[in-house]
Amino acid sequence: MFDLAFIWALLIAFAVLAYVLFDGFDLGIGILFPYFAAEKERDDAMNSVAPVWDGNETWLVLGGGGLMAAFPLAYAVVLPALYAPITAMLLGLIFRGVAFEFRFRSTRRKLLWDWAFAGGSTLAAFAQGIALGALVQGIPVSGRAYAGGWWDWLTWFSILTGLALVIGYALLGATWLIWKTSGELQQKAYSLAWPTGLATLALIGIVSLIMPFLDPLFRQRWFSFPNIVYAAPVPILVALAALALLAGLGRRREGAPFLAAVALFILSYLGLGISFYPYILPPSLTIWDAAAPARSLEFLLVGAVVLIPLILAYTAWSYWVFRGKVDASTGYH
Amino acid sequence: MDSFDALTLARLQFAFTVSFHIVFPAFTIGLASYLAVLEGLWLFTGRSVFIAVFNYWKKIFAISFGMGVVSGIVMSYQFGTNWSVFSDKTGPILGPLMGYEVMSAFFLEAGFLGVMLFGMDRVGKGLHCFATLMVAVGTFLSAFWILAANSWMQTPAGHVTNAAGQFAPADWWAIIFNPSFPYRLVHMVLAAYLTTAFVVGGVGAYHLLRDRGNESARLMFSMAMWMAALVAPLQVVAGDLHGLNTLEHQPAKVAAMEGHWETRAGQPLILVGWPSMAAEATYYAVELPKVGSLILTHDWNGTVKGLKAWPPQERANATIVFWSFRIMVGIGVLMVLVGLWSLLQRYRRQLTASAALLRFAVLMSPAGFIAVLAGWITTEVGRQPYTVYGLLRTAQSHSPIDAAAVAGSLLAFIVVYFVAFGAGTFYILRLMLHQPRLDEPDIEKGVPQRAAGITPLPGLTDFAASTQK
Repeated sequence: MFDLAFIWALLIAFAVLAYVLFDGFDLGIGILFPYFAAEKERDDAMNSVAPVWDGNETWLVLGGGGLMAAFPLAYAVVLPALYAPITAMLLGLIFRGVAFEFRFRSTRRKLLWDWAFAGGSTLAAFAQGIALGALVQGIPVSGRAYAGGWWDWLTWFSILTGLALVIGYALLGATWLIWKTSGELQQKAYSLAWPTGLATLALIGIVSLIMPFLDPLFRQRWFSFPNIVYAAPVPILVALAALALLAGLGRRREGAPFLAAVALFILSYLGLGISFYPYILPPSLTIWDAAAPARSLEFLLVGAVVLIPLILAYTAWSYWVFRGKVDASTGYH
Repeated sequence: MDSFDALTLARLQFAFTVSFHIVFPAFTIGLASYLAVLEGLWLFTGRSVFIAVFNYWKKIFAISFGMGVVSGIVMSYQFGTNWSVFSDKTGPILGPLMGYEVMSAFFLEAGFLGVMLFGMDRVGKGLHCFATLMVAVGTFLSAFWILAANSWMQTPAGHVTNAAGQFAPADWWAIIFNPSFPYRLVHMVLAAYLTTAFVVGGVGAYHLLRDRGNESARLMFSMAMWMAALVAPLQVVAGDLHGLNTLEHQPAKVAAMEGHWETRAGQPLILVGWPSMAAEATYYAVELPKVGSLILTHDWNGTVKGLKAWPPQERANATIVFWSFRIMVGIGVLMVLVGLWSLLQRYRRQLTASAALLRFAVLMSPAGFIAVLAGWITTEVGRQPYTVYGLLRTAQSHSPIDAAAVAGSLLAFIVVYFVAFGAGTFYILRLMLHQPRLDEPDIEKGVPQRAAGITPLPGLTDFAASTQK
């Protein structure tokens, strides 16, 4: 028989990864927004994602809704545990989301919405990174509820992961703009991709070095034989993706840096997955502890099998419709 | 005491965020369908007034939809932050329903929205119309799933309780098509259509008062008045059936809505009054003898239960639902009257001639929102003291969170919502005050404030080119 909990763990992991990649670059554009010249550059940067940001953000709703459906216990434990960062993320997403529409409607307050877009994007990214750090550090559970303190999420490590995600998203944003724009804005994106790229690589290294010391589970997963043989390709591929990123930027390629940055994110995410499995909330809940009854998992799986490929198909179509460089014919003006 | 405070604050936070949120879907469900109809008529007839009105409302749709998305994300996480016990227990039932909503509705809307807003030049008329239709279908499917979830909380069915103390699914068909779902779905979708119709009609009327010859405004007003004339009476019937369904499954809610305390044959219909929970009586009641029984049981002497049939801790707050119900019904009656009035004017072949009707339509333009909010307050406050009716108490649903954390986030939401959605409402109103034109530009072809730098002529030729494709 199928292990439904395992399948759903993969599906939720896929939804969260899709969110990180899709919304990562449009949050990244928000994070970098203050570096772009007012009006024209900012208009172009925003228009490069205006037709697709709604869909990008929907993956976050699927991650949350899917978690409630498939692993209700994990959902019920993790959200109270991360109360403050989640609230901050939601508030940040409100500001940056409405800024898409309001910026182009406003006459005198355009600058205000520029800052709402930048501030909201940065806050949302930072809060997501903090949430990730707090998850890595472990969520204590007692009975069916969170058993830790209300400020447990705030540690030097979670602040580090918060910064890492802000910078990583900025890298995705910069390389996206290299791909989607031309002229001065593209030049600026190149010059922003270097520092964010190097900083992202450094932070991936630092977080990877710290993680084995946080939990014996992580240490054993990565450094005991034979695990080390299976896990070894991940750091090797990270090194290759890093080289591809730097080479792509050095040779002024347009698409390669974005794809390399995406590869870095996928590999880092895979690394986290290897560390976590089979826990959904280490060190307390495994995916089987938290899984919903089989009839819930089956029922939604039928829909997921049919609908997720459809979603990917029309999402791809929408990106195809708006392919190529941003120009005066797309988006708001 | 601490936990009571956190509970009250969590309830306030939910009430606040969901009330803000529902305003946007109530409008966009109707508006998406209206846009699809307009674009379809444009493709079918080729008359440019249809695409002009389409472009006018598309800009307004974009802003409301954006606000609906971001306020909706808050809802999908708030179940976990403030109502974690509820989420753990109901997740196996409500989670998949909301999962289907995301996969069948949210992605569909968001995936095709970009093409609908910005893609006319890139995909051509036919595909563009298809994208608009998909957005409309998405909004409807969203209503379908979320109302299935809400209705299950009102009239739970098809479930068992498992060893972990969760509601577990036994029969998905029974869960989705639970007893109150069909009524709630019809009632809410009609409400969304009426809400939109009265906004569109009000805006049309406003511009007709300035210029009776404005063809776009005439179209808006005429289509909206057809909706009022046809759908408002339907809504009365749907509402009545929904009420009878509530009487069958949630009689305590109906007793609170009617302000009835004693169980008796031949209940009066209390028109106005002040139900007091402490005194267990409805003060200053103005009532029609026996009409309450007639409406609820279709029999002058039918027996209808009063609130005293339930112990005090099982009663919903009658003061609130008595009045919210009357506000909703009152607005519904006014909507029917507007529809009839418009039919009379149409019969005289002077639909737009009466300034009184136009002014009244302007006055009625926000009525749908008030009615929707009042209706939801009636059904949600009326569900108390339970989250899952009769099975899970609200007081046992909330997260073990400090009151200070809930208070802090509540305050933050209030400030952010008023700033962000206040600004959005301002931009929408400004777009609505802008006079509709027959050469109404597409969203991408110049917003008025940028016209200072661009001569209007290229904008017009661009527009002409894009409509001739």
